[in-house]
Amino acid sequence: MATLSLRNVTKSFGALEIIKGIDLEIEDHEFCVFVGPSGCGKSTLLRMIAGLEDITSGDLLIAGQKVNDLPPDERGLAMVFQSYALYPHMTVRDNMGFALKLAKVPQAERDVRVERVADLLELRPYLERKPGALSGGQRQRVAIGRAIIREPSIFLFDEPLSNLDAALRVQTRIELARLHERLGSTMIYVTHDQVEAMTLANKIVVLRDGRIEQVGTPMELYHHPVNRFVGSFIGSPKMNFIKGRVHSVSDAGVEVLLPGGGTVTVPVSAPAIAAGDDIDLGVRPEHLDVDDAGPLAGTVIVVERLGNETFLHVEISPDLILIAGADGACPLQVHDRVRLSVLAAACHVFAGDGAALPALARHPLATNPI
Amino acid sequence: MATRSRDMRTGPLLAPAVGLLLFWMIVPLALTLWFSFQRYNLQNPLVTGFAGITNYKLLLSNARLWVSILNTLVLVGSVLVITVISGVFFAVIFDQDFWGRNVARLLVTAPFFIMPTVSALIWKNLLMHPVNGFFSYVSRWLGLPVVDWFVQVPMFSIIMIVSWQWVPFATLILVTAMQSLDREQLEAARMDGAKGFSMFWNITLPHLQRSISVVVMIECIFLLSVFAEILVTTSGGPGLATTNLSYFIYMRALLQWDVGGASAAGVIAIVLANIVAAFLIRTFAKNLERE
Amino acid sequence: MTMRRSRTSLIAGIIGWVSAIAMFFPIFWMVVTSFKSEIDAVVPSILFKPTLQGYVEVNSRADYVSFALNSVVESIGSTLLALAIGLPAAYACAFYPGKRTKDLLLWMLSTKMMPAVGVLVPIYLLFRDAGLLDTRLGIVFLFTLSNLPIVIWMLYSFFKDVPTPILEAGRMDGARFWTQMRYILIPISMPGIASTALLSIILCWNEAFWSLNLTASRAGPLSAFIASFSSPEGLFWAKLSAASTLAVAPILVMGWVTQRQLVRGLTFGAVK
Repeated sequence: MATLSLRNVTKSFGALEIIKGIDLEIEDHEFCVFVGPSGCGKSTLLRMIAGLEDITSGDLLIAGQKVNDLPPDERGLAMVFQSYALYPHMTVRDNMGFALKLAKVPQAERDVRVERVADLLELRPYLERKPGALSGGQRQRVAIGRAIIREPSIFLFDEPLSNLDAALRVQTRIELARLHERLGSTMIYVTHDQVEAMTLANKIVVLRDGRIEQVGTPMELYHHPVNRFVGSFIGSPKMNFIKGRVHSVSDAGVEVLLPGGGTVTVPVSAPAIAAGDDIDLGVRPEHLDVDDAGPLAGTVIVVERLGNETFLHVEISPDLILIAGADGACPLQVHDRVRLSVLAAACHVFAGDGAALPALARHPLATNPI
Repeated sequence: MATRSRDMRTGPLLAPAVGLLLFWMIVPLALTLWFSFQRYNLQNPLVTGFAGITNYKLLLSNARLWVSILNTLVLVGSVLVITVISGVFFAVIFDQDFWGRNVARLLVTAPFFIMPTVSALIWKNLLMHPVNGFFSYVSRWLGLPVVDWFVQVPMFSIIMIVSWQWVPFATLILVTAMQSLDREQLEAARMDGAKGFSMFWNITLPHLQRSISVVVMIECIFLLSVFAEILVTTSGGPGLATTNLSYFIYMRALLQWDVGGASAAGVIAIVLANIVAAFLIRTFAKNLERE
Repeated sequence: MTMRRSRTSLIAGIIGWVSAIAMFFPIFWMVVTSFKSEIDAVVPSILFKPTLQGYVEVNSRADYVSFALNSVVESIGSTLLALAIGLPAAYACAFYPGKRTKDLLLWMLSTKMMPAVGVLVPIYLLFRDAGLLDTRLGIVFLFTLSNLPIVIWMLYSFFKDVPTPILEAGRMDGARFWTQMRYILIPISMPGIASTALLSIILCWNEAFWSLNLTASRAGPLSAFIASFSSPEGLFWAKLSAASTLAVAPILVMGWVTQRQLVRGLTFGAVK
């Protein structure tokens, strides 16, 4: 059992508090991704789990055991570093076998295990090379191999794909997902790239300023962000925010007055909100459609054609530019006048403090909140 | 994210180094200070006791001290000027690509690795000897008057020897510094029309400025305590012509056995060195911060 | 353009080589003289019958061998000691920096600034009372202390070039301090450690203040031996040159080999 629990964990450097009380449970076999903007503390949190940073207060439990004061190698973890951190003076074989050597595993067994992992990662032909003679992708695989060979109960990844080029990144991402499937170990993965988070995770932890903003499945975060920050952080292109005013509140939801005079009724419950309150209406690009009958009118200022789809940047007013998703075959051009309609059921309403009003119905892919 | 933990106890790793250096710094310094206020002459063990500031009074009113301080300043100043100018010159020369450049650079830097007693004696005997030295031979061959270097121009001779030893140091460092000059910056300057001297003045020299200040300060530290070169050539003479502060203290301490007086002079030497050191430490502190 | 460039390089080449020959001449002349007989030595000519007489005579002087041995023992001994003390300290400063680390490094540097002559008297008296005058132990001790700041700074500057994650990976793999040192840090920074050791040896070998003032025949290194030629002995130029050549040659080679890395050590990492 490789569960991991953080109980009110904090980290301070002098007077500066970097991690401000984290509570989190990570289950066995889970692929948990820490995501957030740079400086949010995600790497520090990972390094605290690894044992590379000490924990200022709170408890870290692995499989129910408090491990705050255990050195890294006694926690049953392995880590893949952003820079790979391979030992430059050792061959691939020695790099992967180093931990086993320190653990006094006999040479013969070491070789068997190294070769088994090398086969798994297709590194067999490179075993006698030094890291300097490998490509970026191969080094990455050696770093992963060095982690796998120890058969850890939990893998830690610190932005492992950020030094790869775009094509290799996508490929390695897929390999990592398959690796998780095959090994079935618990993985904790840090990234600032929300696409990696969405594609790899069972559970995403969104961090900001040393605090957890939200924990959930990718679809839960996407369809039910608890606040404006999560809404804007998850999803690409970003969620649009329209400043609006509550027109009326009913059992059907909140009716929001849009710029230009139209209204849209969003199915959220609103116990603490009343007509006349200022709110932010969050709409993802795919929920804005070009529609001659739509309530929002504007001018196309940028057209981004990706082939299968098209993103239109529409200027509604000088301080409101919306991104709308359209079909790949959309014929619109820059300077065209368009009207946009809003898919009310998929909208989010964020109160003045940024908190989302709870939706009346859960999205079918996000029915079981964690 | 580059923050690092202090979860390792680094005390035991640092303790031996810190302990030794602390001992090295405090004990002799405290003793020097203590002796400088004592009546203490090894040849005259009956005269002891607290001397107050007598040692300092005697010392400061002693013209020999002032002469030796002046000599120290002349020596340090001249060598600094010579080494920095030659160092910059060599840095520019060795930045050009020419045949056998690396070998030539090795030859120029060689004197730095010669031990001071050897270089002093080689210069004194083989080169500067008034009868059989190479220089006198060349002078005679050219029909010029023969110079008796250590008698006629003793300080100049010492300056020449010490400069010969330290020009390589400045060269070594400035050549290295030159290599870190951004080639694109040079090309941009060339696009802007800089060439020859204007290139040197506006691009090269400002680039070398920091390294030059490092050279000056480090040389200062070493040059303030030049000793062996004087001991084996002139022994401070003729008269006091080449007695610097180091040699003055050496004479007081180990030739006249005046511990009190030598210690007081030592305190003066330490104060002098610390004025330079303060600047030096500030520069290195800035370097550390840039990392 | 190429014309101009080749002309510049020609001029630079001429100036460079003339200066190189001028700077190297005293050393060249010393080596030449060392192969002369004493009679030829006092005539500044390159036409002579080469002889190894000078070398033979120097080596047959019993004290030369013991001085040379002292130089080797003292410089290598104090270098090993300085490395043993400096490696852990540099490791701590480079990989576990705290708020005080910077001040600590600067303080270590500042101990190097103290002029030796300022503390000559107390050191002499302490050595006299402790029976350390003219002993190898005393000289090793002094050399170690006076080079320790340079050794620590130089190692620190090389360790700073080792990416921290590599050591962290080692910690994840179960390597504690000694294991990290042995299997990771020392192998990776071997070139840096080697040039630090060489610089330390060079500085010890050429040291000429403590060795002249605190040693005599028992523990005196070569620089003291050479200094003895300043008196009437100096008349024997061939012997002086032969002894000097022997004393200087190994260090000159070491210096040439490690030139680039030495700059770092000599400038306390300020110029790389």
